[in-house]
Amino acid sequence: MIAQLTKSERQLALVILLAVTICGLAMGIAGRDDPLGVHGAIVILAGLAGIFGVIYAYYEPEPSEARLALYYDDPSKVGIILAMGWAVIGMFIGDWVAWQLVFPNLTFDAGWSSFGRIRPAHTSAVIFGFGGNALIATSFYVLQRTARARLPDQLSPWFVLLGYNLFCIIAATGYLMGVTQSKEYAEPEWYADIWLVVVWVAYFIIYLRTLVRRKEPHIYVSNWYYMAFILVVAILHIVNNIAVPVSWGHAKSYSAFSGVQDAMTQWWYGHNAVAFFLTSGFLGMMYYYMPIRAGRPIFSYRLSIISFWGITFMYMWAGSHHLHYTALPQWVQTLGMTFSIMLLVPSWASAGNALLTLNGAWHKVRDDATLRFMMVAAVFYGLSTFEGSFMAIRSVNSLSHYTDWTVGHVHAGALGWVAMITFGSIYASVPWLWKRERMYSDRLVEWHFWLALSGTLVYVFAMWNSGIIQGLMWRTYTESGTLAYSFVDSVAAMRPYYIARAIGGLMFLSGAVIGCVNIWMTIRAAHQPADERQADRPVPRPVGAPAFQPGE
Amino acid sequence: MNIFGLHYRLERKTIGLLLAIVGVASIGGAVEIAPLFTIHQTVEDAPDMRVYTPLEIAGRNIYIREGCYACHSQMIRTLRDEVERYGPYSLAVESKYDHPMLWGSKRTGPDLARMGNKYSDEWHVAHMNDPRAVVPASVMPPYAYLGRATARIDDLGLHLKALRAVGVPYTDEMIANATADAYGQAAPDTPFAEGVTKRYGEATNVRAFDGKVGDPTELDALIAYLQILGKLTDAAHRPVAAAGE
Repeated sequence: MIAQLTKSERQLALVILLAVTICGLAMGIAGRDDPLGVHGAIVILAGLAGIFGVIYAYYEPEPSEARLALYYDDPSKVGIILAMGWAVIGMFIGDWVAWQLVFPNLTFDAGWSSFGRIRPAHTSAVIFGFGGNALIATSFYVLQRTARARLPDQLSPWFVLLGYNLFCIIAATGYLMGVTQSKEYAEPEWYADIWLVVVWVAYFIIYLRTLVRRKEPHIYVSNWYYMAFILVVAILHIVNNIAVPVSWGHAKSYSAFSGVQDAMTQWWYGHNAVAFFLTSGFLGMMYYYMPIRAGRPIFSYRLSIISFWGITFMYMWAGSHHLHYTALPQWVQTLGMTFSIMLLVPSWASAGNALLTLNGAWHKVRDDATLRFMMVAAVFYGLSTFEGSFMAIRSVNSLSHYTDWTVGHVHAGALGWVAMITFGSIYASVPWLWKRERMYSDRLVEWHFWLALSGTLVYVFAMWNSGIIQGLMWRTYTESGTLAYSFVDSVAAMRPYYIARAIGGLMFLSGAVIGCVNIWMTIRAAHQPADERQADRPVPRPVGAPAFQPGE
Repeated sequence: MNIFGLHYRLERKTIGLLLAIVGVASIGGAVEIAPLFTIHQTVEDAPDMRVYTPLEIAGRNIYIREGCYACHSQMIRTLRDEVERYGPYSLAVESKYDHPMLWGSKRTGPDLARMGNKYSDEWHVAHMNDPRAVVPASVMPPYAYLGRATARIDDLGLHLKALRAVGVPYTDEMIANATADAYGQAAPDTPFAEGVTKRYGEATNVRAFDGKVGDPTELDALIAYLQILGKLTDAAHRPVAAAGE
């Protein structure tokens, strides 16, 4: 890691790490009687660990000219390992949360383990830890290949990757201590938010600098999506997190917005976190890995364009469908519903584009579980975007809102689309990155695939059932015109579905653990001699086969 | 030149593509969010609207800390069954001083928008200590430790100050007396109690919420907050609003 840095980069790394440590020290002192102080200590530890690491390897020889001419993949490798680590942590907590709804005393009489605190730890570990690391790792990989340009330097990718993980750690440990601003999927407090902005700007600059130096005339479609993901997440993050801290020594802050304006801002962010974090970035992944793995060019360049601009434009209007029948002015609700329905067009353009790309390669889908992961992901993407548009309709929403149907819908997207496309992409890139012929075991990939698919189906069907039953019970009237069920009746009726959900989640988690073992064994496998330069290109292209051109 | 030809040229320009993305993505949010701050009808007038007391703010922060919003909404929709189950539907003005709002997105437990004064303090104490002792089918985790922890009230002045910075009309006097008022609200027989009703109104709940006198516990603060939900203003109960749709 350090040996790949040049001398001046090692020095700069020390300066940055020192600055981080000092920030941690300031946080620790200012917040000594507040959870902020604990986070200060964590930041100090992270800074010191980095300093120790750099000094330890400081006098190792610098990378050679030849090494600096190759793509820089070390951050991608570490990013993939971190993503898998966060996946297991996040899904484990998720399943624990699920069991808590069956056995509510599963908290050890402590605050840190109660549902309300570990639920955001689950969502953040999975969305930001697993999803975010996977996005950073694959985006660096894809960016270099499609731009035919190396990352601009060796230090900034590490800053982004490790800085981002520091953010994730602060977020997750914060929830357990009760540090949260209660905005769903934007729970971290002000200091973590500021740090994320710094990291994110560095991420964006890497993208920009690499693209500017690209040797391909066109920017490949994956990079449109990755770029939109980086840019728009920055906008959303900054606006939604504007807040006034109680003091420099308090972790707590108060949002600049209140009531109805805050609700609109939060769901504008919340829905677009789905759009730009969990969709755009992963579509970038799909548009690169799927065609390469299938050995087919993208079906339609024009569909990619329609889908990209449609998603970028329309998603930003859709957030208000989370607020149907509330105190939000009706015209905003109606706009949100309208755009949510129109969104089906660009969403299905991408899903269709992906599936049509597989035409002529269906035999590979049958034989290759990695490609099957991607295919199933595209199917779930299409299904859950249809479901999303459907649920945004006011009258449907009146039934589905506040129920488990929403949870089921989100997990159809999260497990079926996001996690599956990620596993597919990781299984595709691990052998390429570590210069291996193939994954350690194809059978384990198969096991992972079937566990993931059946886990998702069990989960989603359980939540569809419980959600719809819940919604119907709330609005059922007796013949004499009174409400037929008390709220508690609906809680009691959920129990079998909550058990099924927890089992489905457990299956999905087991699949991820198997994936970790498989990846670990692949990395550990004896190094097969391969000329690094040649192996940089993922799949040796047979003579006469069409080359992949950007956008086509 | 057709649209795809135009795009063919755009995707060769890094900065052009970047600006296009930011431009296209900004429109939706701008159209939907910006007017909410300027259009008068967004939030109704409610002259009787009062601010949260310091102890209620402390309780609200515990509610946030424990992630209660993940299972309980505070937004009654304009639907017949919700109005019949929970009470008059929520108005925008009722969360005017909520930084941030806690409307929620999921009801694993019931809506709490009109929880204030619905149950006794004793019920809340029992429910927090062991939810299943009061509601056998409940899936809520026990919060017994709240009753064992003393609430942090020494810094409430800073909290009120920060809230004033984002637009809640706390007076200098309220900020200066925040800690004393928080103490007094849970200690009715002390001289500090008078200041609370003087500053926040006669209708303010002043009592030992968890049944014990002395320094307010976190349970005191949380119950003080729960007992004021839906009670900051009467606006929702007035004839026009209460008529249903």
